Amino acid sequence: MTYKTGDWIPTRDAYGEALCELGEKNKKVVVFEADISKSTRTNLFGKKFPERYFNVGVAEQNEMAIAAGAAMCGKISFVSTYAVFASMRACEQVRTFVAYPHLNVKICPSHGGITPANDGVTHQGTEDLGIMRTIPGMTVLMPADANATKKLLFAAAEWDGPVYLRLTRDSVPIIYDEKTDFTIGKGILLREGKDVTIIALGDMVSKALDAANLLSTEEISAEVIDMHTIKPLDGDIILNSVKKTRTVVTVEDHQVECGLGGAVSEFLGENYPVPVRRIGFRNTFAESGEYELLLEKYGMSVKHITAGCLNSIKMKGKIR
Amino acid sequence: MEKDIQFLKDTAKELRKNILKMVCAACSGHPGGALSAAEIITALYYGEMHVDPKNPQDPDRDRFILSKGHTCPVLYSVLAMKGYFPLEELQTLRKINGRLQGHPDMNKTPGVDSTAGSLGNGLSIGIGMALMAKLDKKSYRTYVLLGCGELNEGLIWEAAMAAAKFKIDNLLAIVDYNRLQLDGTNDEVMPLEPLADKWKAFNWNVITIDGHDFNQILGAFRKAGETVNQPTVIIANTVKGKGVSFMENKVDWHGKAPNKEQLETALREIENDI
Amino acid sequence: MNKKEELERWAQLLRYDVVRMISNANSGHPGGSLSAADIAACLYFNEMNIRPDEPDWPDRDRFILSKGHAAPVLYAALARKGYFSIETLKTLRTAGSMLQGHPDIHTPGVDMTTGCLGQGLSAGCGMALSARLDKKSYRVYVMMGCGEMNEGQVWESVMSAAHFKLDNILVILDYNQLQFDGSVREVLNPGSMKKRWEGFNWNVIEINGHDINEILSSFKKAKETKDIPTVIIADTIKGRGVKFIEKDYMWHSLMDNKKFTEYAEQMREELKNADSFYADRLW
Repeated sequence: MTYKTGDWIPTRDAYGEALCELGEKNKKVVVFEADISKSTRTNLFGKKFPERYFNVGVAEQNEMAIAAGAAMCGKISFVSTYAVFASMRACEQVRTFVAYPHLNVKICPSHGGITPANDGVTHQGTEDLGIMRTIPGMTVLMPADANATKKLLFAAAEWDGPVYLRLTRDSVPIIYDEKTDFTIGKGILLREGKDVTIIALGDMVSKALDAANLLSTEEISAEVIDMHTIKPLDGDIILNSVKKTRTVVTVEDHQVECGLGGAVSEFLGENYPVPVRRIGFRNTFAESGEYELLLEKYGMSVKHITAGCLNSIKMKGKIR
Repeated sequence: MEKDIQFLKDTAKELRKNILKMVCAACSGHPGGALSAAEIITALYYGEMHVDPKNPQDPDRDRFILSKGHTCPVLYSVLAMKGYFPLEELQTLRKINGRLQGHPDMNKTPGVDSTAGSLGNGLSIGIGMALMAKLDKKSYRTYVLLGCGELNEGLIWEAAMAAAKFKIDNLLAIVDYNRLQLDGTNDEVMPLEPLADKWKAFNWNVITIDGHDFNQILGAFRKAGETVNQPTVIIANTVKGKGVSFMENKVDWHGKAPNKEQLETALREIENDI
Repeated sequence: MNKKEELERWAQLLRYDVVRMISNANSGHPGGSLSAADIAACLYFNEMNIRPDEPDWPDRDRFILSKGHAAPVLYAALARKGYFSIETLKTLRTAGSMLQGHPDIHTPGVDMTTGCLGQGLSAGCGMALSARLDKKSYRVYVMMGCGEMNEGQVWESVMSAAHFKLDNILVILDYNQLQFDGSVREVLNPGSMKKRWEGFNWNVIEINGHDINEILSSFKKAKETKDIPTVIIADTIKGRGVKFIEKDYMWHSLMDNKKFTEYAEQMREELKNADSFYADRLW
């Protein structure tokens, strides 16, 4: 399955399809599901490889621990549920029984951030990246589109140890062609610029590109980086960019603490202090509503990103 | 058979002594629940499981998960006695740079198949192993020793449901039913009765035994091995602190180490079957 | 009109509201909302002691919709009781609305945020313990779904309620036998649900969850049961009342809104002509 740039596809769809391809190639792949297979799209894998597919019902802690047990027997376990449940309800199982033994359990939840827009707070995973990033040895990914999802999923399967790969419920535009290569831990420079660096991940990457386009009409040149891996963080790509632009705006569908904004700020604080503006949720929960309206209400729209960039450029002047 | 049983009894005695010595040396640990499991562990390692101490990672080995991880002295003792590591190493329990962590650690200790210590997780992990044995058409079996306190955890019942759904007959769960948990008796903290009915209602095959009687333990293992398409749980009625008069049925000895004097008394009682 | 006939009409009206709301929002979970309509009608229009003009009245009976995705039926009942306007039902799942996709404690009349399954009974136990401690006579009603019986936390709270002898709590299990991925048999094969609760020391009453008389009498029996919590296992039909989605697990969430919207219109016409009860209550 390939995806054309410009199309809109939920990354969970790409996950479901890629998982089948992966299952074909790698017989060590086993998939665990918690009664939402129609939504996480693992039903496709289940139809194709019923003997390697285990639906444990609405029981995410059990799902995670069973996946750990399977990985202890040499399997590559994929765990599907929603981001809220994978990161919080089963958090201890992830920390102690998946991450501590450094097992090949690949946690691939749908419903990252507010992409399950009108489902409301209970189904919106807006703290998951931070929770996962805090766990030693965990690798944390969020692909920006369907092509990135497929590539990163394959990379995750090859990767030694646990991975958290966050997916979207709703459609996001395809920005990569199928030839683009992805390496875990290596960000992608999507657009070169000299005035400000925008670092984004997941569904917010396309918003960051839109913001950069808008800024260019005001003669501001923004560099855009897709940081699909927030752990391990690609320090080189940040340093290379920031030495040129000397200021950063991070954009994520997540709380600004602990996620991408947190990771980038921590890195720059220790290595190359420059002004940072973080776009994301600020100490608040979201709510039901259309995705775009929610981004607007919570200060995460394209308009807010451009304002953040202007602000951050101004700040750089002050410090200079 | 008589002779075999006598051998097991003698081995359990050795096991108990090692437990007490190592907990005393560490000045901390959980003797009560380790002592209650001594016969079960002895029967597993000397009469039931197919394991090779020279090859702890053998992919075809039977697996053992001590879900009630705080009672690891019983596991470490048996592993040392079987030759996974030297007996002297038992003295390093809970010490820095040691391989014998306060709770079982699969990263560090040869023969430990799963990290444990946060209660309620072992059965789920065991199901993962048992499912993979079936998938890979391997004949190894998975044994999970559960404590009674951890049956309060919802995760246990999630696992119970899943094991029945997947008809996991290559896993054996054993409840070390000593009826005491950290804060008091099960009845005081969170009653479990009717325990057999609970497991039956979750579609398990239930065998109830005296968990200190080797004939009953081995008989239950045999019956469980013959049960197909359904998971089996052995509810083993046991006495917490078994074998040491001042520890038996005393909740205080859930997580307290004996001092030198108490150790001497205890070792003497065990030696003389008091 | 006798009590039974009246409650049947309320239930039918709640079903209409559910269909309307979901068709309007173009998303939501019709199947499990419709299966619970008769029970919700009996709770809100006969059983519970509540004050719609004073939603936070400390002595009110509490209601927790643990199967939170069935929010539309709860919102319909709350609107019909006057907690907020019927007009508000049109705003389900839209930005800024008080009617979130899943029940939210900030909405008048909603006693607990739910939607992540398996948590309702734990909170219900806390409320019931508080009632006892404060010597208050309010009761706690928790409606649960069959899918969430998979969650271990449910069995933790089931154990606790029995241990604390919470006879002021009533669990109603909307046992429509279908969960998101299929039938309860396919997903986790629970065997006898009755035996399971009995094994955890609960008083179990099995009823037809669409029979008003059975629902009411089970509430009465539950109230008379002392020192042991009661669960009503209500045999229901997922999607009850909308023929083309009945017993179809694919309709756990909205599948085809065109068809659903047409049905809403058809239902409106039928009800308008059926009875004067509905006439000025339709929207």
